[in-house]
Amino acid sequence: MHVPDGFLSGTVSAGAAVASAGGIAAALRQTRAHFADKRLPLAGLMAAGIFVLQMLNFPVVSGTSGHLLGGALAAIVLGPWMGLLVVSVVVMVQALVFADGGLIAMGTNVLLIAVIPALVGWSVFRAVRSVTPARRPWVLTATGAGALASVPASAMAFVILYALGGQGGAPLGMLAIAMLAVHLLIGIGEAAITVAVVGGLLAYRADLVAGAEDLATEGASARTERGAVWVGLALAVALLVVAPFASANPDGLESVAESLGFDTTAVESAVAESPFADYVVSPLGETGVSVALAGLLGIVVTLGVMAVVTWVVRGRRASRV
Amino acid sequence: MSGVHAHALTIHGHGRPYEIAPHVKVVAAFGFMVGVVATPREAFWAFAVHGAVVVGVAVAARVPATFMASRMVVEIPFVLFALFLPFVGVGPRVAVGPLALSIEGIWGAWSILARATLGTATAVLLVATTEVTEILTGMSRLRVPAAIVAIAGFMIRYLEVVFDEAARMRTAMLARGWEPKSRRSLRAAGSMAAALLVRAYERGERVHSAMLARGYDGTMPRLFPSESRPGDWSVGAAPAVLAIVVAAVARGAA
Repeated sequence: MHVPDGFLSGTVSAGAAVASAGGIAAALRQTRAHFADKRLPLAGLMAAGIFVLQMLNFPVVSGTSGHLLGGALAAIVLGPWMGLLVVSVVVMVQALVFADGGLIAMGTNVLLIAVIPALVGWSVFRAVRSVTPARRPWVLTATGAGALASVPASAMAFVILYALGGQGGAPLGMLAIAMLAVHLLIGIGEAAITVAVVGGLLAYRADLVAGAEDLATEGASARTERGAVWVGLALAVALLVVAPFASANPDGLESVAESLGFDTTAVESAVAESPFADYVVSPLGETGVSVALAGLLGIVVTLGVMAVVTWVVRGRRASRV
Repeated sequence: MSGVHAHALTIHGHGRPYEIAPHVKVVAAFGFMVGVVATPREAFWAFAVHGAVVVGVAVAARVPATFMASRMVVEIPFVLFALFLPFVGVGPRVAVGPLALSIEGIWGAWSILARATLGTATAVLLVATTEVTEILTGMSRLRVPAAIVAIAGFMIRYLEVVFDEAARMRTAMLARGWEPKSRRSLRAAGSMAAALLVRAYERGERVHSAMLARGYDGTMPRLFPSESRPGDWSVGAAPAVLAIVVAAVARGAA
């Protein structure tokens, strides 16, 4: 999901770069104490670790693999500011060394891949943790919620940037709904992978998970299967809810392009043939409000599904003990 | 699972593009792209000039065309997105054969393709002519915060080590009956990823202690001088200045 040069106007790219620079500056200030003893190699190796994890294929659904985006994972494991910093560096190296993502778009990519996912992921994670007991299953639930929220949040930020200065005149309402739908799906994959990784970390080295410092004293145990159960249920629900959007292709922007493009080659009306036509001609019409409502509804439904899943897992767990 | 091998990114060639100080090249690459992004999409001649500049630098640096092509595949996802825009764009449509394409969408596709291609080519050329460590030196000369340069440096230095570790873990898991495609294997993959992060962390601790023991003070010693020589700025910045002038002329004409 790396934005290349020329996708957004220069002004919007510059604005996104300023926002990213602000985020990185805040992160540098917050992590100054951490770097007082020159622990830079450690951060560099975590950046390398995140980069490599992003390249691995995770089996998310049978026959489908997904890539980790990693913003929420980095924030939960390293803390929000260190996570933001480390993923920002990953994005910068991808642009400068691997030509992945444009140079002018570097600020946009840092904003969309590092700053927003890290901050949104962390805040949702903390919000869920603050209202749940300090127990492993709840930490993993919070992890899943944070990772899930981080992806559509970033997708919506992209839509806002595109609305402000996007090239090519893709219809905004359709773009927003398609991006939201596809990225909710990707977010569920992201949540599954992040929960699996954090579950593993809690089993090996719980002390390394910044977001679960209060659990570290508990010591290692084999309780992490609960995370896997949770992941499996979430995946099942995900398949039922968003199957129409399921694609072998894990990259959301490509999927959006395909969804928008495949059914829209009809001559008369591109929109009428699109799979999103129903949404666009909803009673509210294609306005910012309806899109925002759709987004809100999607998030509420997702949170509801997660609450039910959590409740089911808790119930099963209680009955087994 | 391939493509992290940083040494394959740089061509160890000779010639003017390899000799210019790295910070000059970094500034030039960004400056050139500012010009490209600022060029109005209607100014085809301006994009022709930008393209000629990129080709000129590639020829001067003797970067093989196959190398350029293989490194530019990262652009493909957005090429696909751009190609769909004419079909979904808003506004008036124009008949092209049996299809009614959005005029705005065609302009958008052209503008994204042209600029993204120039941007990818510029980044590829920057790395092709500049050692990765030199790019870091250049960033540091340009007052990028030292912590960021240091983290990026350690990341690049240990990327292949961590990547090979991941490959070994994967091989070990496959040898023990792990099925990558099975839904049930996600948990195992998660454990592997967690183990990878723990190993990276512990390696980081060891590297940190070892470096402190050898007098690390938070900055890396410079092994090679990176002073710009006379003429570096005038030669190195020429593409950027040209691109910005072309953009200004094109905007004036539009």
